[in-house]
Amino acid sequence: MERGIRVLVAKAGLDGHDRGAKVVARALRDAGMEVIYTGVRQTPEMIAEAAVQEDVDAVGLSVLSGAHMHVFPEVLRQLTARGGGDILLTGGGTIGDEDMAELQALGVGRLFGPGASTREIVDYIRAETARRRAQSETR
Amino acid sequence: MSDHPAARSGRDLLGGLYRRPDDSNRHVTVSGQEIPLVATPADVADLDYARDLGDPGQYPYTRGIHADMYRGKLWTMRQFAGFGTAEQTNERYRFLLARGQTGLSVAFDLPTLMGRDSDDPWSAGEVGKCGVAISSLEDMETLFAGIPLADVSTSMTINSPAAIIWAMYIAAAENQGADRAKLRGTLQNDILKEFIAQKEFIFPPVPSLKLVVDTIEFASREMPLFNPISISGYHIREAGSTAVQELAFTLADGFAYVDAAIAAGLDVDEFAPRLSFFFNSHLDLFEEIAKFRAARRIWARHLRERYGARNPRSWLLRFHTQTAGCSLTAQQPQLNVVRTAYQALAGVLGGTQSLHTNSLDEALALPSEEAVEIALRTQQILAHEIGVASTIDPLAGSYFVEKLTTEMEAGAEAYFARIAEVGGVIPALEEGFFQREIADAAHWYQQALERKQRVVVGVNEYVNPDEKQQIPLLRIDKDVARSQERKLAALRARRDEAAVRAALGQIETAARDGANLMPRFLDAVRAYATLGEIVGALKAVYGEYTEPIII
Repeated sequence: MERGIRVLVAKAGLDGHDRGAKVVARALRDAGMEVIYTGVRQTPEMIAEAAVQEDVDAVGLSVLSGAHMHVFPEVLRQLTARGGGDILLTGGGTIGDEDMAELQALGVGRLFGPGASTREIVDYIRAETARRRAQSETR
Repeated sequence: MSDHPAARSGRDLLGGLYRRPDDSNRHVTVSGQEIPLVATPADVADLDYARDLGDPGQYPYTRGIHADMYRGKLWTMRQFAGFGTAEQTNERYRFLLARGQTGLSVAFDLPTLMGRDSDDPWSAGEVGKCGVAISSLEDMETLFAGIPLADVSTSMTINSPAAIIWAMYIAAAENQGADRAKLRGTLQNDILKEFIAQKEFIFPPVPSLKLVVDTIEFASREMPLFNPISISGYHIREAGSTAVQELAFTLADGFAYVDAAIAAGLDVDEFAPRLSFFFNSHLDLFEEIAKFRAARRIWARHLRERYGARNPRSWLLRFHTQTAGCSLTAQQPQLNVVRTAYQALAGVLGGTQSLHTNSLDEALALPSEEAVEIALRTQQILAHEIGVASTIDPLAGSYFVEKLTTEMEAGAEAYFARIAEVGGVIPALEEGFFQREIADAAHWYQQALERKQRVVVGVNEYVNPDEKQQIPLLRIDKDVARSQERKLAALRARRDEAAVRAALGQIETAARDGANLMPRFLDAVRAYATLGEIVGALKAVYGEYTEPIII
């Protein structure tokens, strides 16, 4: 039987805006995924550690404080350092197009800005998880 | 079955409200409240003018707190601003004052809001990003350089470390030669809504509330023109609540502060006249106006009847309004000017004392100078061009608005009863009551958007397929953190270390003894103890809070 999709929804640093993280966490759960929500005020190390421990397929990081150019690369680095480099790092928040492009060039997955629908996010995580699983099987 | 939270919990609070907007004949507000096709005299049959409305300036103040309202004094146009270093924000303040803004409003960065210095490891990536970085009295002095604090009223959006930041403000003003008794302004200082919605808490609820009471007491004794607290619904609404939840939770917080101050030995009439409020103005024009009117009526009734306040000034609910940031879109951002103008109109028709209008780039970044100028000009058009400031509470007597106002009050009272059942505001937030109600409402709203039961122009309908972001965004200088680190290192090397240690020791002692901490904070900031050091001394006594996790 195929394993279900596991996602860690996380808030990093001091940012307390958790509406988006909660709405997305609930939508992923409604879509049948297993969701772990970290709560606010986690360090990138804590997030990467939890992601590896919980053996998740994806980390969804929510950043509304303007610190995304610091937080996303740092979580990516910490994931790789723990052998979790194959985990999809996606997320969203108040992030302009230019910054999104720069983060994607670093290896971050698709990022979702204000107005994105949870449907899009669900579809993206499903498709990307399937793609990554297929890739690791053919390796 | 309806899937709205209020209905799902088996409590259809307002008899027919909060129904799922599931058929085309049913119209609901942005909060899920059902709207009648037409309101009639039957909807206001029980309304008694003297008892429920009163003339403007008369109990229960439904129509407004002043007899002359905006003819006597326009609302204060107060744009919330702050980014980068104290020097950069100081420049923005001078820009706003030069363009006719009438009050200042400080946005602090996240490290400051969380009581951390710019050089704290937790501050990495956040310094100067969503507000200005203030780590010491030195930064506060720079922030207001060349702005006479004796003459300007300043609002400061700060909560957990509010008492310390206030001490820095008072010390900076006194260093300019100002008399503290003449300083005017407002401290947000509403810690309860941080636990409920915005999540910028540091200490556990009980000592947090004690710090608030210290500031209320200090204001009532030494700073008669300063509002020590702005009890805020804004963040509750932004976190996803309905209008009724915003109203009910905010006023419940207000009552909790009144209870705490009375328990500390203050007389209600000694402090209640200085309590102020802060509400969101969201998209649904009439619902928002009804919310503001109901807020005044509920507060006046409770303060007079429940708390026995004798001074009519204790009965007045004075409030600031900010248009709804969460209603603005990253798509076709120019349209946000229109949304904001309608929301500002609701604030004015609702009788606000001051107003912040959001900038069109709200969903993307902190506002650029161009964007903030349009936002300020929007208020000036409201004040001077369209005639709405000339007559007071023009919607009074409208069957629909009066019906909504009455329903708002009933909905809030129903929530007060539920909060009391759980044991009061602090037990309710510790067990996640508010957080669950808000998360449910946010989920419901998102579902309504995705099913297109609510239309957001440019987002789920009328989308521009060729759209690319084209507006210029404010970029925060990457060197802010390094410049702050250098300033702090120099300050720590220069100051009298023994004096700093002594002042921090005094804070710990006073915190253990339960004494009022304001005088100790003033001593410490004058010795140039940093924000992080002072908060550290308090953490040693109070500990830190972790919230229950609720999705």
